[in-house]
Parts: sequence; structure tokens; C-alpha cells
Amino acid sequence: MESDEEGIYDVESDASINYNSSDDGIYSEGENTAHGEANDFMDEPTSYKCLTSDQIFNYMMKVVDEVNAILQLPPHITCILLNHFKWDKEKLMERYYEGDQDKIFEEAQTINPFRLKGKVVSSNTNNITSFSMQSTKRPLTTQEVCDICYLPSQHMNGLQCGHFFCIDCWNEYLRIKIIDEGQGQKIACPANDCNILTDYETILSLLRGSDIKTKYHQRLTDGFVMSHHLMKWCPSPGCSVVVKVTTAGTRNVTCICGHAFCFHCLQPIHEPVRCPLLKKWLRKCNDDSETAHWISANTKECPKCRATIEKNGGCNHMICQNKSCKFDFCWICLSAWSPHGSSWYNCNRYDANDSVAARTAQEKSRAALNRYLFYCDRYMNHRQSLELEHKLYSKIKFKMEEMQQHNMSWIEVQFLKKAVDILCKCRNTLKYTYVFAFYLRSNNQATIFEANQKDLEMATERLSEYLERDVTTDELSNIKQKVQDKAKYCEGRCEALLRHVYEGYDMDLWEYLDE
Amino acid sequence: MAGRLPRRILKETERLLNEPVPGIKALPDEQNARYFHVEVNGPKDSPFEGGCFKLELFLPEDYPMAAPKVRFVTRIYHPNIDKLGRICLDILKDKWSPALQIRTVLLSIQALLSAPNPDDPLANDVAELWKSDEVRAIETAKTWTRLYAFSEGVKS
Repeated sequence: MESDEEGIYDVESDASINYNSSDDGIYSEGENTAHGEANDFMDEPTSYKCLTSDQIFNYMMKVVDEVNAILQLPPHITCILLNHFKWDKEKLMERYYEGDQDKIFEEAQTINPFRLKGKVVSSNTNNITSFSMQSTKRPLTTQEVCDICYLPSQHMNGLQCGHFFCIDCWNEYLRIKIIDEGQGQKIACPANDCNILTDYETILSLLRGSDIKTKYHQRLTDGFVMSHHLMKWCPSPGCSVVVKVTTAGTRNVTCICGHAFCFHCLQPIHEPVRCPLLKKWLRKCNDDSETAHWISANTKECPKCRATIEKNGGCNHMICQNKSCKFDFCWICLSAWSPHGSSWYNCNRYDANDSVAARTAQEKSRAALNRYLFYCDRYMNHRQSLELEHKLYSKIKFKMEEMQQHNMSWIEVQFLKKAVDILCKCRNTLKYTYVFAFYLRSNNQATIFEANQKDLEMATERLSEYLERDVTTDELSNIKQKVQDKAKYCEGRCEALLRHVYEGYDMDLWEYLDE
Repeated sequence: MAGRLPRRILKETERLLNEPVPGIKALPDEQNARYFHVEVNGPKDSPFEGGCFKLELFLPEDYPMAAPKVRFVTRIYHPNIDKLGRICLDILKDKWSPALQIRTVLLSIQALLSAPNPDDPLANDVAELWKSDEVRAIETAKTWTRLYAFSEGVKS
């Protein structure tokens, strides 16, 4: 349906990594291709996958392994290095093999395991597993005092920088870093002035409690997900699922949590309007939708400086309070006040020449505002209706049970739920057609679009009426026919409208107003 | 809160009282063992020399995972300390490490008095003067020290 790519992805594409080879790898058997009622919203159900935080961690580890096949480092060190290079494998390799390796380790805030090996071997011969960076435990015989809690402990742990703390303090420290500060890859050793980063192996061996481990998995993969332009976190609050698309063109996705969103801008699905226009619209709405009503009803603009003025007394001699303006004018005719006190008073006479200019300027701004309010009203109205339609689901469910008691099979009554799905989809599309229309300059195609919009709107309202009212009053066989026909029609109109808009995008038929 | 004071705080308090840092006095409040009355002597060869600066220090619930909260009570003319006495010091913010202590924090504050850093200012007007006319800035700092911080100092 859509082949274009948003500009944002072009910026990232130079840093993109080709993970396609790993698509058939370990994590694909656990993939969750979303199947939900919102399937109609999606491009194609197979064009994306939902990965849980464990799966994403495994995926990340697979990338680490790929790099490690060449670098031959412990995986947790490679992970730190890769994260430092924002998961750009090529850049890491290039830097690693062309120059000062020690410097790379230093920059990435970790310790070169090859250097370490010699040191460890000489000092502690009975406890080496080939350059293990993992939490080095001190021999149990010595009881040491932890530098944080000042209590003696037998379980002292530390990174290879040699700073040791007791396991309780480590847990407390990590809890604050992971839960409170939301850190993952960038947690440094707790010692003062030590910037050596903790690695996932150490942390996972230290952490107690599965909740915090899950949280850590998420935070750990943050950088990985963010640097990968085909993966995004589901924006729904509390959801920790990553949606991974196969091509950058995929827009409409539904997470396994049920949240349907636009993969590009993370807003709820907003067909047919494009992300940049939607963003502009939402900003405009946030700026002024509520106040605009009030301003339009209660104020006029200063004819000179255009400051918005509220009349707070009966006197029509206005003095603009804008300090750099101070213009004296008449509230009624919006022209300068000076003639009003003299024999030149002609405020009562319609079409006084000097007031015309002021009026046209003001009318223009009023017209712009009215135009905005027109589209905003309709947008808001469909939004509100859409919220209310969700209540229909429970009502319909009740109705479906009732129908099943009247000799209809389960499969026969599914049409009702499907009709509500279609209704919601149409409402959502209608809502965003008003955003699209607001920015649209009128031409022949725009007229066709408006005709499509009208058709869809009328049909949708009828369907809504059937589902809300007639369904409880009409005869069962009758209502089934009516609802099914109307829903089918709505679906067709909705598709036609969208197809027309997308064709317009492809053929560059749409002209926009500079709002 | 006073009931369950972590051993770490007890130990630190004990050490602060038994082995005080030269030029620094830190006494826990009688009502609240997490609240300290601090006095720091202006370091030698600094515009704050001869002054005795009162500070308050509070150990939050998360201490030592979270940094102590420290504030100057005595007014001071310093580019990294604002007129409410708040201090711009990295170890009190993002560079805090649970391995640091009250003692090290107070030493760092004393060092900050010796070496003001107008490039990372908290009090912008002070920092500007400090950069544009250091002689006058130091003169002002000395005057303020005489005005606000000259009382009975800490015996070092």
C-alpha cells in the first residue's frame, strides 16, 4: 500500500545494522505475530513481530555473539563495547582493528580483559577461568568491612577495577540505579571516581528477586532497541514489548498488549493523515483549542498591534494596554478614537472607510479561527464518539448471548462484534480525515476526498444508530441483515477513502495550506 | 526515624566526633541524628579566610545510596553557591558515590572555597564578576566574609 519511507529513517539508516540474517534465528520460534480484532488496522499482520523483553535480550545476545565470533572477547565485554558504539558493529570492528585497543576499552569504560589476564594469573592462580570479568569473589576466609555499610561481610563482590562491596549494598545500589534512575548499560562501579561499567553477567549474578531482573533486562536492552531503526518499544504505559518491523514502510502495528499505534510516530493509528501533519495538528490543538473558543466569543484584536483585548467596562473608548502600542480606538468600529470626540464622529455610519481595513484584517483572522474550530469540533466529536463506541462492545456481547438463546449459533452472531470493529475503525479514520482536510488546499481531488468523507460519515452514523438503537428494538433476522449490509458498505467506503488518499500521496495530488 | 539508624551513620558520626577534620566541625542534632550542624573555616589564602561558615547537612532516607543534602546557612559570595546557600558540586549530584562520606563531602566543600569555579556557576551574577573582574570579586567576597562569617571560629 505504501512504499515511501519517512525522512527520519534516512537519518538513521547510515548507522543501521543488518540484522536480517538473524531473522531466522533463535528468537523467531517465540515470536508473537499479533492476531487481534484490530487486524483490519494493520498493513499486513506478518510485516512485524512483537518481542518480549526476554526475546529482545536473546536477540541482543545473538548480535553480541556474531561480533564475538570475530573479536573473541567475553560476551559481556563485547556488549559494553557495542553499546558504546551504539550497536554499530562495523564501527566497532573498524576502531578495534585499526587503532589503540586500550583506548577503546577506556572510552567504553571497561577493562581490557587481555591486560587483566596477566594480572589475575600472577596474583591468584587457583581461581581463573580464562579472563572472566565476572564478579570476582574474594576468598571466604577473610572477613572484610564493606565501604558502604561499614559492616563486615563474607560476600564481597566487585568488578575488575578491584572495588569490593557486600552483596546487600550492591543490591541496594543496583535497585536505585535500575528502578529509580532507569539505568541499564551505564551503571558504573559504586566506588568514588571509578567509571568502570558493570556488565550484565555480574549484575545478573548479584541481583536478588525476579522483578528487578526483568526490569534490568528491559533497561539493558534500551540502547539496543533505540539504536535499531526497525524496533520500537510499545508506547502503552507499563508495556515492555518491543515491536520489530521487517520494512521501514510499516506503519500500523498492534502490540500483543492490544495497543494499536503508528510505528513511525508512536501515536495511536491515524490513517489517513501523515505523521508530520498530525504532529502539527496536535501541537495546534494543545496550544489553543480550549482557549480559542473563549477568545473567539469574548475578545477583539487591537487594530494596530493585534493584541487580543477583552472588554471589561461599558466605555467604548479603548486604549490598548500593550506598552509599545497604547493605541486609542473605538470598540465598535475598530478605527482610531481621535475623530470620535469631535465633529468627525461617524461611528454610526455604516461602511466608514477607515474601519473597513481594520474589519477585513480582523475578519480574516476570525475566519481562520472559525475554520480551525470547524475541523477541530468534528475531530473532537469523532474522538468522543469513538470512546463511547467502546462501550458498545459490552452491550453487544449481551445481545449476542441473547441471540444465541433464540436459535442462533455462536458463529451466526459474530457479525455483531465484527460490525462494532468496523464502526470503530471508521470512526478512527473519520477523526483523522478532519485533520487531513484542515491542511488540504481545495482542488478537484480534495472535492472527491470530501465526497468520500461525506459518504463514509453518513454510513458510519447509520451503522452507529443501528448498533445502538435498532438492535434492541428490531426483529433479529431483520437487524442482522441491516447491520451486515451497512457494515459491509462502511468497510468498503473506508477502504475507498483511504485508497484515494494514498493514491494521492503516491501521485502527489495533495496540496497543503500553510497553517 | 531516629529509632533505626544504620550502622554506617552511627560509625560516621562517631568518627566525625572522635577524629574531627581540621577546620571542620560537624555535630548531629539532638533531636534528629540525620541532621548535622556544620561549621567550616574559610581556608587559608582564600577570600574566605578568617570566616566561619555555618552549614546544614541532612542524610536522606536513602543515604548512602543517595547523596547528603548540604546547604550554606551563612551568606557567602561564591560563584558556585547561590543566595539560598545551595551548592553546585558534582559529588552532591550525579558524581555521588555511596563510598563517599560526610567527611569527604565536607572536605570537598572546603576545597571548593579555596578554588571557586566560575565556569560552572550557580550564582550567575557572582560568576560573571568573578570572570570579568576577579580582583573586585575577591574583594567583595572578603567583605561578605567579614560581614557575615566573622564570629567565634572553629578551633583547628
